[in-house]
Amino acid sequence: MASSKTITVEVDDVSYTDDVEPRLLLVQYLRERLGKTGTLIGCDTTNCGACTVHLDGVSVKSCTMLAVQADGHKVTTIEGMATDGLLAPLQEAFHQCHALQCGFCTPGMIMQSASLLTENPHPNEQEIRDGLEGNLCRCTGYQNIVAAVKSVADGTVYGDSGVSTTVDDAETAGVS
Amino acid sequence: MIPSAFDYAAPTTVEEALGLLAAADSAGDDVKVLAGGQSLLPVMKLRMADPSMVVDLGRITGLSGVTDDGDSLTIGAMTPHHVVASDPLIARHLPLLAKAAATVADPQVRHRGTFGGALVHADPAGDMPAPVLAMGATLVIAGPNGERSVDAADFFQGYFTTAVREGEILTRIRVPKFTGWGAHYEKFTRVSQQWSIVGIAAMVRVEGGTIAEARLGLTNMASTPLRATAVEQALAGAALTAEAIAAACLHAAEGTEPASDLNGDAEYRRHLAQVLAKRAVLAAAGL
Ligand SMILES: Cc1cc2nc3c(=O)[nH]c(=O)nc-3n(C[C@H](O)[C@H](O)[C@H](O)COP(=O)(O)OP(=O)(O)OC[C@H]3O[C@@H](n4cnc5c(N)ncnc54)[C@H](O)[C@@H]3O)c2cc1C
Ligand code: FES
Ligand code: FES
Repeated sequence: MASSKTITVEVDDVSYTDDVEPRLLLVQYLRERLGKTGTLIGCDTTNCGACTVHLDGVSVKSCTMLAVQADGHKVTTIEGMATDGLLAPLQEAFHQCHALQCGFCTPGMIMQSASLLTENPHPNEQEIRDGLEGNLCRCTGYQNIVAAVKSVADGTVYGDSGVSTTVDDAETAGVS
Repeated sequence: MIPSAFDYAAPTTVEEALGLLAAADSAGDDVKVLAGGQSLLPVMKLRMADPSMVVDLGRITGLSGVTDDGDSLTIGAMTPHHVVASDPLIARHLPLLAKAAATVADPQVRHRGTFGGALVHADPAGDMPAPVLAMGATLVIAGPNGERSVDAADFFQGYFTTAVREGEILTRIRVPKFTGWGAHYEKFTRVSQQWSIVGIAAMVRVEGGTIAEARLGLTNMASTPLRATAVEQALAGAALTAEAIAAACLHAAEGTEPASDLNGDAEYRRHLAQVLAKRAVLAAAGL
């Protein structure tokens, strides 16, 4: 019988210590142990990107990582993106640009877009499309997703009003 | 999908890892080395592999990173693809490697997947073996009896099979510098984020109006990566013109044994090799 391991992981700025089986995937740990169901499982085969989270600030597919591999590391999920009740610029932009329909791909899209913008703060359209090649959307046709990321890169995300949306205002943008 | 249960160890030194592999082996455990997990975990989830013990190399310091040794660069086996694609030393001295790494999978997979893992995995459709072969790299393997060095030409031995034996770990890859060479990796896929149907790794050294030297590696034209020797010979001393390059690249499928599968039959792959070789060499030569 395989023995369990004790891991300590910081998830969305909170430290957790848990005993886990080595075969437990990071995405299952996040969803089933920590209740962080904002991170979704789409394909479960490393293709769709719905499960994308940040490990020490860079994007990874949490269906293709063991929870034990995250021991001692910092994980950020979509649930850690808003600060003080205000949506992060990317969440705001997805909301404003109508960059989602069913919303299933959205948490992964936002996490991958955030990682892309960290590596390349001013991507052009092609670089955005390449940066999102590991994230599939079955609804939008990608156009508004690309527009949303571009608006953050260009600093035009708050639109005309200059007022940002609170988490309560937006049942969208993958925050629920 | 959840893998079968296994025991897990995360050693912090290569010696400790080798000890764990040897102990597991003598205890009759089916032991697997885990690097980035981007090939191993998917097959474990599908239960096409069900090791009873996994030794994770991810906590060993010193297996990742790039160092300048004068005539060559040494790249740690655990260096992730995204670092190979963006490291300034690699971009300057081994541009072919940087360009090939940038075509692997997608950004998330490139953040986790490692250079060494891609070489030991040795998928015929994988993008890193052909450049490593074309550049004549040396692979350093640690085992119970110490270290040994293997030339790339002897490393890739067959379908998913390399010179790395059970109980051994690939630790680093030494690649001679090709500073000033033009390079391009031309990969053909039907959709983005796909494995190569055929890929061509090309490097040329241009002197005045002629191609002084060329090196070409072929991806997915046999069970192992291949050198396109006939093209290399035809290009050596050839004029730096599109016509001369096109003529030389007609030899690209010579000596290949491509598979037939859902992505294309062998004849289609031979045709692709010629077309893509021309594109790759033209781009490498800056034409
Ligand atoms: C969706 C998807 C798309 C992909 N597309 C591409 C693509 O287009 N092109 C491409 O080239 N690759 C592609 N890959 C594979 C990717 O490049 C992997 O990173 C690579 O094949 C394996 O590297 P890894 O570090 O993840 O190794 P792992 O998955 O951890 O290991 C792979 C194998 O190598 C062994 N191994 C690993 N490292 C060592 C070592 N240092 N010493 C001894 N044994 C070792 C392991 O035991 C295992 O058998 C894709 C993967 C996915 C999931
Ligand atoms: S669920 Fe992880 S990539 Fe699709
Ligand atoms: S909005 Fe439905 S999958 Fe993207």
